[in-house]
Amino acid sequence: MKMVTLAAAAALAIGITGAHAEPVKVGMITTLSGGGAGLGIDVRDGFLLAVKQAGSPDLEVIVEDDQRKPDIAVQLADKMVQSEKVDVLTGIIWSNLAMAVVPSVTAQGKFYLSPNAGPSALAGKGCHPNYFNVAWQNDNLHEAAGAYAKDTGYKNSFILAPNYPAGKDALTGYKRFYDGELAGELYTKLGQTDYAAELAQIRASGADSVFFFLPGGMGISFLKQYADSGIDLPVVGPAFSFDQGILQAVGDAALGVKNTSQWNKDIDNPTNKAFVEAFQAEYGRLPSLYASQGFDTANLLLSAMAKADVKDADAFRAALKEADFASTRGDFKFGPNHHPVQDIYVREVIKEGDVFTNKILAAALTDHADAYAGDCSM
Amino acid sequence: MIRETYLNALTLGLFVLIPAWALFADEPFTITLMTRAAIFAIAAIGLNIALGIGGLVSLGHAVFFGIGGYAMGILAYHAQTYTALAEWPVLIDGTKSMPIIWLVAVLVSSLAALVIGALSLRTAGVYFIMITLAFGQMFFFFTISWAEYGGEDGLSIYVRNGFPGLNTLAPIQFYGLCFVILCLVLLFTWRLSKSPFGLALNAARQAPVRVETVGLDPTRLKLVAFVISGAITGLAGALFADLNRFVSPTMFSWQTSGEIMIFLILGGVGRLYGPVVGALAFVALEHWLGGLSDYWHIYLGILLLLIVLFGRGGLIGLASGKEAVHD
Amino acid sequence: MSFLLLIEQVLNGLQFGIMLFLMAAGLTLIFGVMGLINLAHGSLYMIGAFCAAAVAAATGSFLLGLVAALAGAAAAGALVELVVIRRLYDKDHLDQVLATFALILIFSEGTRWVFGSFPLFLDVPDFLSGPVTLPGGIEYPLYRLTLIVIGLLVALGLYMLISRTRLGIQIRAGENDREMIAALGIDIARLYTIVFALGAALAGLAGALVGAIQSVQVGMGEPVLILAFVVIVIGGIGSIKGALVGAVLVGLTDTLGGIFLPEALKLFLDPSTATSVGSSLASMAIYILMAAVLILRPAGLFGARA
Repeated sequence: MKMVTLAAAAALAIGITGAHAEPVKVGMITTLSGGGAGLGIDVRDGFLLAVKQAGSPDLEVIVEDDQRKPDIAVQLADKMVQSEKVDVLTGIIWSNLAMAVVPSVTAQGKFYLSPNAGPSALAGKGCHPNYFNVAWQNDNLHEAAGAYAKDTGYKNSFILAPNYPAGKDALTGYKRFYDGELAGELYTKLGQTDYAAELAQIRASGADSVFFFLPGGMGISFLKQYADSGIDLPVVGPAFSFDQGILQAVGDAALGVKNTSQWNKDIDNPTNKAFVEAFQAEYGRLPSLYASQGFDTANLLLSAMAKADVKDADAFRAALKEADFASTRGDFKFGPNHHPVQDIYVREVIKEGDVFTNKILAAALTDHADAYAGDCSM
Repeated sequence: MIRETYLNALTLGLFVLIPAWALFADEPFTITLMTRAAIFAIAAIGLNIALGIGGLVSLGHAVFFGIGGYAMGILAYHAQTYTALAEWPVLIDGTKSMPIIWLVAVLVSSLAALVIGALSLRTAGVYFIMITLAFGQMFFFFTISWAEYGGEDGLSIYVRNGFPGLNTLAPIQFYGLCFVILCLVLLFTWRLSKSPFGLALNAARQAPVRVETVGLDPTRLKLVAFVISGAITGLAGALFADLNRFVSPTMFSWQTSGEIMIFLILGGVGRLYGPVVGALAFVALEHWLGGLSDYWHIYLGILLLLIVLFGRGGLIGLASGKEAVHD
Repeated sequence: MSFLLLIEQVLNGLQFGIMLFLMAAGLTLIFGVMGLINLAHGSLYMIGAFCAAAVAAATGSFLLGLVAALAGAAAAGALVELVVIRRLYDKDHLDQVLATFALILIFSEGTRWVFGSFPLFLDVPDFLSGPVTLPGGIEYPLYRLTLIVIGLLVALGLYMLISRTRLGIQIRAGENDREMIAALGIDIARLYTIVFALGAALAGLAGALVGAIQSVQVGMGEPVLILAFVVIVIGGIGSIKGALVGAVLVGLTDTLGGIFLPEALKLFLDPSTATSVGSSLASMAIYILMAAVLILRPAGLFGARA
C-alpha cells in the first residue's frame, strides 16, 4: 500500500491548518499501471502537489492502482469504504470505472470528487448530492469543438469516434452546437490503431473539416496517419488527444491543430502560474490538463475542510458546493447537478523550443454548463 | 511434505477461519476478498471439468463468466428501472431474486457452451485453444457496442440482489452464500469425477481410441463436459457480478479467460482442490504484491514462470510432493 | 462509392495484412519448428518499436532505428529462448500458454519501468512521408506503399531462405521429424535459438515499421498478437504460405468490413441503426471469419495436421 501520511509534515506546517480537528481520510483510486497509466499518474501528482503545498496535518491520502479494470476499482472502493473507512473518494480516470464505483460509494454516504470522468448518466438522472465533478461533463469539450466549428463557419464536417458510450456522447456533443451538414459520421473500433480506411473515406467525402475524438494511443495513430495522408482539411478535437503527455509522441503532425480544453498552462491567473512552476519544479515535466484537474480537486477538498467538519455531511456538502478555492482555470463554480460551470477554450498546438505544447486562442464557450442538469432532481 | 487430503482440508479450513477472524476483528474488506476468492474458485472449478478432466484447453471461458454476469446485470437492470425485459410473445419482467438469476445464468451459459462446444470440438489442440479465444473476442466486441446495456460503460446495479431469508448486503452473509455454493460445486465435481461419466471422460482424454472401441463417443463425452463446465463458470459470473454490483465487457476479455486459467494452473490442473487453492493464492498475491510496487506485474510474471518451469502440478503438487494427478 | 475509393481501400487492407504477415510468419515458424505457442510474440513487436523510437530519437536516423529494432528484438528473442523458452518445448500447450503469458507481464511492466508511462515518438522519415499519385489518380501515402513492398520482400526472402538454404533445409526437417534431425548430428538447440531470434526480429521489424504511423506505447503488442493468431489459425499453423494468405484475408476483411457492412445494412435499416449495428459486426468480422474457416476446415486453409 502506498500511503502518503501527511501527519509527519505537521512539524513543518506553520499553523495554516483548518479550524476542525477531525482528520479527513481520502481514498484515491486511479490508473497507475498498464496502458493509460500516464493519466492516472498526472492526476495523482497534481493532487498530491496541492496536498503537499497545504501541508495540512488533518489530511491523509491513500493511493491505490485500479489497473484500468472495473472489477479491481470496485474491489478497491470496497476496501476504502470498509477497511480504511475513508470519508472522501476520488481519482478515477475512465467513465466505465466511474460508473462501476460512484453510484455505490455515494449510496453508502461517502463523498466522491471526480478529477476526470463525467459520464452523462451521473450528470442527469443518476446525479447524487455527494458526487461532485471537478473536471467536466463528458460532452463539454466536444460541445465546445462544435461551437468553434460553427463560429469558424465550417459547413460540412466529417466526424468520427470509437464505437463505445463516450464516443457516442462525443459525436452527440459536437452535433449539439455545430449546425452545418455532416459529410460523414463514423464509429471506429475501440482500440483501433490503423485509420487508413477512414482517411480514404474522409478524402472522398468532400468535407471541409474533420472532428475526431480518439483518446490516448488511438489519437496518436490517427494524427500521424492524417498528416501523412496528404489530406489538407482543418482538424478539431477535444484536448484528450493533445495533452502534454501525448503531444511529444505525435510530434509535428499535431502542429497547428485546434483543440478544446477547460485548462491550459498559459491561462493568466496567479494560481495557475504558481501551479505550473511548482509542478515543473516538483516533477520535472510540464503539467497536463489531468494534472490541473487533480490539483483543483485537492484544493476544492481543502477549501471545504477549512469550512466544515467532514463528519457533518450536510455542512461539508454545502462547503464543497461553494467551490471557494482558487482554481487553475480562473472562474469555477458548480451548477445545480454539482458539475462545473466554466469557460472552455480553443487551443492551438505550438512548439516552444523543443517541446510541443498548446496556446489559447479564444474562449469557445463561456460559463458553460452541461445539457443534463435539467434531468437531475436534487 | 503434506498429504493432499490434509492440504485440501486445510484450504477449506482457511475459507472458514479467515472470514470468521475478519468478522470478529471487524475487517469487512477481508471478507470481500475471501468472497472474491470463493467466486474465482467456482469459475476455475468449472474450467477444471473441461480442462483438467476432459483435456479441453479453453481460452474462451470468459464467455460463460460474462454471460452469467450479464444475466444478472440485465435482469436486475430491468427490475431497478421497472421496465420489461420483453413484451412479446409473453411479458417478462426483470428480477432482483438471486435464485432466479442463477437459474437463468446457468441455462443461458449452458446453451452457449453447447453451441460453442459443438462447433469448437470439430477442431483439436492449438486450433481448439484459438477457436474458443475467437468466440470470446466476438462476445467482447459485441457487448462493447451493445448500447442498450451500457456498452463499454457496463451496467451498475445499485443494490445487491436478494436471497430469501438473508441480508445479502452484509458482507459475511453474501460470503456465506458463496461459500455454500463453492462447497456444493466441489461436492458435485467430486461425485462427477467418480461417476461412470467422469471415468469415461477421463479415459476419453487419455485414450480416445480405446473409449471409442468400447462403444462410447469421445466427442460427445467432451461436449457434455464442456456444457457442465460452462454452466458452472456462468454461475460464478452471476455471483461475481453481484459481488461488484456491476457488469462490463471486461468480463468477456481474453485476459479474463487467461486469469481463470491461471487460478487453475497455479493450484494444480485436474485436482479437485486445485482451482480453490489457486484462486485463494491469486487473490492473496494480487492484494499483497499490488501494495508493494507499481510494477507488481513483473513479480507476478516471474512467480508464474517459476511455477510453470519448476512446479509441475501447481501449488498442491509442490506442497504434497506429488507431481501428476492420476495419469 | 467510387471505384477508385474501392481500390484505395483494397490497398489499405493489403497493407494491414502484409504487416500482420510479418508478425504471423515468426509465430507460425516457431510453432511449426518447435511446437511452441508463444503469446509473448507481441512483446517482441513492442520491443522492436521501443528500440527504434529510442535509437531514432538519439541519432535522428529512422534507418538506424530499424536496424536497432531488428537487433534489439532478435537479441531479446535469443535471450528469452535461452533462459525460458527452451524449457517449454517438451511441456504441453497449457504450460506454454501460461509461461508466455507470464512473459507478457514481465516485458510490459519492464518496458514501462525503463521508458516510463508515456508514449514515445517515432515518425515516418522525410523521404518517405507524404502521398504519391498512383496510376488512375489515387493519392496514396508513400510510406504505406513502402510497407507493402517491404512486406512482400520479406515474404520472398523467407521463401528463399526456407527453400534454398542449408538453414531452410534444417527448418523443414525440424518441422517434419525432430528426433531424426537431432540423430543426424544437427545442433538442434542452436537451430531453435536461431529460428526463435529470426521470428523475434520479424516481429520487431513490424513493430518499428508500424510504430512510425501508430503509437509506440506499452501494451501495443497484444491486439496485434491476437490478430496474428487469428491469421496463423486461418492459414494453418506452421505454414508460411498459409500465414501470407491468412494475413491478407484478415487485412481485407477487417478493412473492407468496417466500410461495407454499415453501408450494406443501410439497405435494410435506418442509417443510425445501420451505422451502429454495422460497426459492431465489423469489429467481430475477423473472428466470425476465423470460426467459419475452422468449422469448415478444422486445421486451417493450409494446415497439415491438427
